[in-house]
Amino acid sequence: MNELTTAAIIVGILTSAVRLATPYLYAGIGEAIAELSGVVNLGVDGIMLMSAYGAFFVALNTGNLWLGLLAGALIGVLMGLLMAFISVTLKAEQGISGIGLYMFGLGLSSLLFKTTIGTVKTITGFQPIKIPLLGDIPFIGQILFNQSLPVYGAFLLVPLAWFILDKTTWGLRLKAVGQTPAAADSLGVNVDRVRYVGTVAGSLLAGLAGASLSLALVNLFQENLTAGQGFIAVALVYFGGWRPLGIMLGALLFSTVNAFQLWMQVLNVPIPSDVAVMLPYLLTIFALALTVSRVRGPAALNKPFERGAH
Amino acid sequence: MPPDTATKSLPSARKPAFDWQGLLLRVASPVLAILFALLIGAVMLLLLRANPLTAYATMVKGVFGSFYGFTQSLVKATPLLLVGLGICIAFRASVLNIGGEGQIIAGALMATWFSLQFRTWPGWLLIPATMIMGFLAGSFWGFIPGILKARLNVNEILSTVMMNAIGLQLMNLLLRGPLIDPAGVAAGTFIHQSDRLPTQVWLGRIPQTQLHTGAIVAVVLAILVYIFLWRTTIGYRIRAVGLSPEASKYAGIPVPFYQALSLTLAGGFAGLAGVVEVIGVQHRLLEGVTSGYGFTGIVAALFGGLHPLGLIPASWLFGSLLVGADMMQRAVQVPASLIDSLLGLIVLLVIGSQVWSRRLATRRTIELAKKMEAKS
Repeated sequence: MNELTTAAIIVGILTSAVRLATPYLYAGIGEAIAELSGVVNLGVDGIMLMSAYGAFFVALNTGNLWLGLLAGALIGVLMGLLMAFISVTLKAEQGISGIGLYMFGLGLSSLLFKTTIGTVKTITGFQPIKIPLLGDIPFIGQILFNQSLPVYGAFLLVPLAWFILDKTTWGLRLKAVGQTPAAADSLGVNVDRVRYVGTVAGSLLAGLAGASLSLALVNLFQENLTAGQGFIAVALVYFGGWRPLGIMLGALLFSTVNAFQLWMQVLNVPIPSDVAVMLPYLLTIFALALTVSRVRGPAALNKPFERGAH
Repeated sequence: MPPDTATKSLPSARKPAFDWQGLLLRVASPVLAILFALLIGAVMLLLLRANPLTAYATMVKGVFGSFYGFTQSLVKATPLLLVGLGICIAFRASVLNIGGEGQIIAGALMATWFSLQFRTWPGWLLIPATMIMGFLAGSFWGFIPGILKARLNVNEILSTVMMNAIGLQLMNLLLRGPLIDPAGVAAGTFIHQSDRLPTQVWLGRIPQTQLHTGAIVAVVLAILVYIFLWRTTIGYRIRAVGLSPEASKYAGIPVPFYQALSLTLAGGFAGLAGVVEVIGVQHRLLEGVTSGYGFTGIVAALFGGLHPLGLIPASWLFGSLLVGADMMQRAVQVPASLIDSLLGLIVLLVIGSQVWSRRLATRRTIELAKKMEAKS
């Protein structure tokens, strides 16, 4: 293999990696926001599936990608309200509620897919937009500055989320509620309302994750399209220590492995595709094993708050 | 004292009298949950332009309309009961086992390989050996997340979900290579299924049905798990760890050990579900061997109040629901995924209502206490 094709393959893998990081970024940062307020939302994968379906359905029938994206976000908000109602208002066990939400989203999205779309159809999704000047830099321009709008959005979300979480009253209040809800409550913060906002905002981002998957990455919808990416996104939150930058690094690590295994299949590397597909999941377990024990999360994570119970 | 409506009732050495009111409340909330879910299902059916009454009538007829339909509900209840038993053990220790799917696959793969490998063994030896090997394979699939939780505090929900995906890919890999049906290879069809298992490993059946002796094994195991959880020291400790890890630690119970143990046992029971699917129903390993039992088993376990004996009727109910869903799909052309989404809703409703009723009970206690205070 000569140097030119090797370089082209590396650029190809890295371009895919940046693209494939998009759903992990939206969903991971969204999950971090929910978890920082004290709510573990394990239904992310179900939300992503519903939004991916809704976004695709709207885009397929109206021909408008932006309407599709909006539908995805809206479905995320609705699913988030459901999750918040069960985990915040009803104070239910969050782990199993999230699994319920996942099963609901998985079942409903495939039901709707079968009844309203039927067979796998493709659309013309968001196209790459080359940024002037930056896009002309050799290699790097192709990798970073020749992507579609949802991809740019995901990477812009990283500094934005960092700023909101670390530098605004809203973000600090959110984190206070996740750390010591009783103290926040005594200072007049409405714990339940902050958790509602955190969960719904996180689910909105999960909705964008699903929509970007079906409108900008694969440009189609099929049953169980996410194949557990929502769960990997939750794992990335632990991996990234609840920080947007950490989540971005984790997302890029995962998407690079993903891109690598996709390219291995394209290039006919003699490794069974099943083993290649297995890689991201194995990596998740390793990543969790290496990071979880040394990173401390929000103290009141997964603990419903009840006034006077503490 | 108000009736204890929570699933996690305090373990007491002896019960003063049977709490009928408590049992009624415990049964009422899941029953209301399923009725509510069916109501939402009816709305969804209307939106899909199907008559909900016809659809639900088809479901009922699917189960009670024929002897075969009825036995099918028991055939589907069997793996649900086995998976659910594992879920009960894990959830009682406050460990959420979402890895049923992967554990079923592990058990099914082992059962297939083992019974094909030792195809010369007589049935009386091969059947129990296959079951034990399948149980061990499932246990191993549960042990990995278990030890990761115990040693490194890895969230078991995430690790078990990942183990599901890994198990699925492993099965795909083996069904395309080492375990592929030689007949399919010879015919050039390369269907992704295993060779037919030797006939002596097939479980006995009621003639003309698929109902196999695995159903009896499952019920016996349910009783044994009940005895294990409520009448043995290990079972008591598992429940204590689930009720209060902090208190258990102070009592000298090695909490991580019991959490890992409960996940390992949970994996074993799910693995056994995989075994009976292979040697009882399909007689070979097919790609869709799990049929989603790993998730439906969670619903059944929650519905049965995380109690091995409550699980017996609960798994039959959900087995019937699955048979009904198949029937509905064929007769009314409504995809069976309708039921899948309703199963998710049932989880949300059961979990939501449990906490609701627990809060009601707490409120009643406080009110009673206030009244007593006012009197004195």
